[in-house]
Amino acid sequence: MEKNLNLNQHISQKFNEDLERLRTDVLNMGGLVQNQLSDAIHSLVEKDSVLAESVLKNEDTVDHKEIAIDDICAKILARRQPTASDLRLVLAVSKMLPDLERIGDESAKIAKFAIELREHSDMKGYIEVRHIGFLVHRMLQRALDAFARFDVELAVKVVGEDKEVDTEYTTAVRELMTYMMEDSRSITRVMKVLWVLRSLERVGDHARNIAEHLLFLVKGKDVRHISYQEMKEKILD
Amino acid sequence: MNQVFDKAEGISMAVDSGSRRSAESGEVDMQANIPSATVGKVFVDHAKMAIRNVDVFYGEKQAIHNVSLDIRKNEVIAMIGPSGCGKSTFLRTLNRMNDTIPTCLVKGTIELDGNDIYDKKLDVVSLRARVGMVFQKPNPFPKSIYDNVAYGAKIHGLCSSRIELDEVVETSLKKAGLWSEVKDRLNQPGTGLSGGQQQRLCIARAIAVSPEVILMDEPCSALDPIATAKIEELIAELSENYTIAIVTHSMQQAARVSNRTAYFHLGYLVEVNDTEMVFTNPEHSLTEAYITGRFG
Repeated sequence: MEKNLNLNQHISQKFNEDLERLRTDVLNMGGLVQNQLSDAIHSLVEKDSVLAESVLKNEDTVDHKEIAIDDICAKILARRQPTASDLRLVLAVSKMLPDLERIGDESAKIAKFAIELREHSDMKGYIEVRHIGFLVHRMLQRALDAFARFDVELAVKVVGEDKEVDTEYTTAVRELMTYMMEDSRSITRVMKVLWVLRSLERVGDHARNIAEHLLFLVKGKDVRHISYQEMKEKILD
Repeated sequence: MNQVFDKAEGISMAVDSGSRRSAESGEVDMQANIPSATVGKVFVDHAKMAIRNVDVFYGEKQAIHNVSLDIRKNEVIAMIGPSGCGKSTFLRTLNRMNDTIPTCLVKGTIELDGNDIYDKKLDVVSLRARVGMVFQKPNPFPKSIYDNVAYGAKIHGLCSSRIELDEVVETSLKKAGLWSEVKDRLNQPGTGLSGGQQQRLCIARAIAVSPEVILMDEPCSALDPIATAKIEELIAELSENYTIAIVTHSMQQAARVSNRTAYFHLGYLVEVNDTEMVFTNPEHSLTEAYITGRFG
């Protein structure tokens, strides 16, 4: 762990509990979103529409968790006027929440396509879905692990991995475009697979955002909208 | 593939391990962590007041240890820290208020516009006209509102006529945001005003002698939130013309009113930095521990 934020060292025991609960709730929501993502990808590549339906059903739970955690953030700000690392924790969490929720949304989109595509026997594009799905799922897992342990190095790694996802996504799109040009009957189906890949690429962006918010939380430095190299210099100096 | 889409059990383990790590961590060691030199932005260009290597003793006991600090012209600098950390003692050295305590000894140099304020030839009364002070408890003189404000201007011979004096009283009360509330009862006793009004009267009294620096020692601690808000608003307005050093127990107040914040701890100046930085990402662990309420 890069830096111990001593969340349980306040004079006020209640404040310790509030912050610990905030952290635990975010990790629980993160766990749920992670399951949604893996189930959505599974349901697509395994043609499991029951699993896809359950992803759509759980979408509401993710939304409710977002609202509940947002409410905790507002209450902590109003009642405790947190400062320094406590303030950064609340700010970082309230910025992470929309990213987690959007990953939930993207998972639901993938689940919808899984239901639509279940009758098709053509599996073109699924290798790419599995591969990019693996990469972004691992990014999300690492981003959440980094948050759980306030692990700066792991978060930096996650930010770097987004570049790899973007490259893989561009390659997959190019390949599937070529495929569609060769076989125009596949366009409707392959377009749906492309939307799935687009969703996965967005999940990678959100995971990177979560890692960037974590870097702000631990280091107090804003690393958004700068190159990966600049970010590493800023964080690891 | 199974490994890829493993469910999120790993995360709940991470929660536990995170908690354990926090629990294992020791509390901040108050004594050992004091830095050998103050961290942050201690020195500035064109300082109004330059404090160098100041030690303050009350008899045998050393209250301030080797404090150096620049105070910039027209800035509001807040001094924060736990009770007994020396912040009020330090503030009082800036206009030689400690001279009134026989056992108090001040070492080091404090300059106002490049002149040593502890120079034996210096007239302390004129120093205190240039470096005014507002105290924790409003302390108006048992005189009329008018006389409270006019008093300093009179004894310093700043006005040659009654008309001039009237003008000073009106301007000072206006600057202190009190004029509209008292203009019809200037002859009534200052002690009859509310606590917040009395404190603004004391500020008017301090600015009537055209000081360059105003020292405020917990000016709002005896006031309600509305009166406090008025004083804070006043501090923001006054900072356009005056340099202000304020000691406060309210960290939110320091965050609201000051440009820079200085954190004192056990007589040492631990950190001085821009207020935004101190309250979002302090440089020193002791500052962080204090402002986040981790001292216990």
